[in-house]
Amino acid sequence: MKIRIGFGSCGIAAGAKKITEKFGQILADKSLDIDVSITGCIGMCFHEPIVDITDDKGDVYTYANVTPTMVEEIVEQHVINGEPIYKNIVSTTQDPYPQLKNQVRIVLKNCGIINPEKIEDYTDNDGYKALQKVVNEMTPEGVIEEIKVSGLRGRGGAGFPTWFKWDAARKSPGAEKYVVCNADEGDPGAFMDRSVLEGDPHAVLEGMIIAGFSMNANYGFIYCRAEYPLAIERLNVAIKQAREKNYLGKNILGSGFDFDIVIKTGAGAFVCGEETALIASLEGERGMPRLKPPFPAQSGYFGKPTNINNVETFANVPWIFNNGGAAFAAYGTKTSKGTKVFALAGKIKNGGLVEVPMGMTLREVIYGIGGGIKNDKEFKAVQMGGPSGGCIPRALLDTPVDYESINQTGAIVGSGGMVVMDEETCMVDMARFFLDFTCKESCGKCTYCRIGTKRMLESLEKICQGEGTMEDLNLLQKLCTNIIAGSLCGLGQTAPNPVLTTIRYFKDEYLAHIVDKKCPAKQCKPLLTYTILPETCTGCTLCSRKCPTGAIAGELKKPHQIDQEKCIKCGNCATVCKFKAISVE
Amino acid sequence: MSCECEKKLEAEFSTDSVDMTLLDEVINKFHREKGNLISVLQDAQEAYGYLPLDVLRAIADRTSSKRARVYGIATFYSQFRMKPRGKYMILTCQGTACHVNGSNAVAEALCEELGINIGESTSDWMFSIEEVACLGCCSLAPVIMINDDTYGNLTPKSAKKVIKDIYALEKGDAV
Repeated sequence: MKIRIGFGSCGIAAGAKKITEKFGQILADKSLDIDVSITGCIGMCFHEPIVDITDDKGDVYTYANVTPTMVEEIVEQHVINGEPIYKNIVSTTQDPYPQLKNQVRIVLKNCGIINPEKIEDYTDNDGYKALQKVVNEMTPEGVIEEIKVSGLRGRGGAGFPTWFKWDAARKSPGAEKYVVCNADEGDPGAFMDRSVLEGDPHAVLEGMIIAGFSMNANYGFIYCRAEYPLAIERLNVAIKQAREKNYLGKNILGSGFDFDIVIKTGAGAFVCGEETALIASLEGERGMPRLKPPFPAQSGYFGKPTNINNVETFANVPWIFNNGGAAFAAYGTKTSKGTKVFALAGKIKNGGLVEVPMGMTLREVIYGIGGGIKNDKEFKAVQMGGPSGGCIPRALLDTPVDYESINQTGAIVGSGGMVVMDEETCMVDMARFFLDFTCKESCGKCTYCRIGTKRMLESLEKICQGEGTMEDLNLLQKLCTNIIAGSLCGLGQTAPNPVLTTIRYFKDEYLAHIVDKKCPAKQCKPLLTYTILPETCTGCTLCSRKCPTGAIAGELKKPHQIDQEKCIKCGNCATVCKFKAISVE
Repeated sequence: MSCECEKKLEAEFSTDSVDMTLLDEVINKFHREKGNLISVLQDAQEAYGYLPLDVLRAIADRTSSKRARVYGIATFYSQFRMKPRGKYMILTCQGTACHVNGSNAVAEALCEELGINIGESTSDWMFSIEEVACLGCCSLAPVIMINDDTYGNLTPKSAKKVIKDIYALEKGDAV
């Protein structure tokens, strides 16, 4: 029997540490010698903390939302008496969780299964077999050819063919070349890279080493954001182990090929997700993008040929060599091959990570796998691609998820964040939210991006405060065009997307804010009016006591009133009222 | 001799006098590395908790960099702090998922509980609070991180409790 506890950032935040301590304590009390280990995130973050019990037959029982009290029961009934507690079990080997059944797990195949801090767990699951094959049996050209057959495209956002980048770096002259793993996952709403690094760090290392072999590079960097301390810790452990086993270092597995990897911690700048800015940051400078060409494949880190791929891209690589490029290409659509990991978040029932073949429709992902909208509210839009992407409305729910189809909607696949929004999300506020982000994160190099995003933000703020005019809407549209044309890098060129897509699909909401001075989603506070329903109010005086400005008056046990002049629209009254007597319009 | 804009910028930095010997180890660790300036600043911040003016100046001298370059890098990245911080650093996530799930109300509740605004520290130097773009725990939104611990599925009420619990723990430790 084995006990496995979900120990990703999400599991830990949900209380996995306490669960682990409790297991340790109870098992010690009962002098039971059972293997308790940790694992990464299986993707069902809404069910954390998760505990898997594997019985001696090898059947796995997954307990969800485990509490310290449940631990005692699990040990008593399941571990000692061999009777699974089915009311707390969400998935078993015989009857797997529906959310898992519809997925194809290539990148996430080990996440939530193996112990990411034990290299043996990785090698027992085909780990480093691909590397062995590549360095001892293949040529660099053969490696690139296999990637070409697989059709793998960059998973970081732009979707550039991976083989092409590798080939360009290989053909670049020079003995000193670099492989960089972009783990600066900055898109708010995306966390697949964090999960892969925390749950299966060796897969990323193996992918990088193979990339290094294909272009004869001997050094690799992982540029990881500082907000992911656990990912950095696990990577450090993995690198140390890989060096000990000679998967990294000199003369890897007797092949004569040398490769080593160093972790560089990002210092918090969204723009560093852009290749040339990332390189500047690696060199210790401000992360400012520069004009391309020369591309990093020609002139990158300190002027040397450099290949940059995203975490998920590298994590696909070992599978491709273990199963063949053709097997990978069998998944997906004509132009978008393989699978993609998506981070489902926002107003969705089953938030977490899912991996699906490219070409699955948004509806299948959101309803089929994500379980639909929280509290069964109305779906309004799904935001894809973060600040560079856009909001896709309900009418387009049957859009297949592949690079081209999503681009046509005005959004982008991006790194794979899907933030689901319901009727209570204000689309103008969403646009304002993203512009606030890009405005803060603009590096300041290009005038349109630096000042244009600021002007857009001001117009959006005006609209959200009920002070917007039709002139603001025109200005927004004009600025969108100009910022796209006048910016050097992806950040500026895509910054208008959230505004463009919301104007395209939700213009009526903009007009409601501007013309009717109303926020249909009831989110923009200055546009709301709080009133007390006299027939429902019991005169309990709670709201009047909680009102920070003393705007509510009334006698005990008689309906109260709000003085609109004094009301600052903080919403306290609506939050504290036990009788739903506050109406918000 | 410094120009007007240098003086203006330096006025925003902290003039606390600190133990400069802590910097020796940092410089020694990285002095051979090419492009080490960010790593030096990161480790210096780790040692001091923030980057005081004297430290920034010393880094410029000892890495043979212009002060403008060091200040430029230190002010470019959101990780670097020029002011001291409390024992507990609260990062309130402002990611998309947190935003749609009510992160503003959580941040307001935290500020109210601590009696400070975003970007400030409590007078007892226990807490500092800052906004962060995304902590990548979106399925637990809204989320905050205190030092290296993540707290998820917060409400204004439960967020206040997190603070109260830490204060209680600290007082317990002090007894």
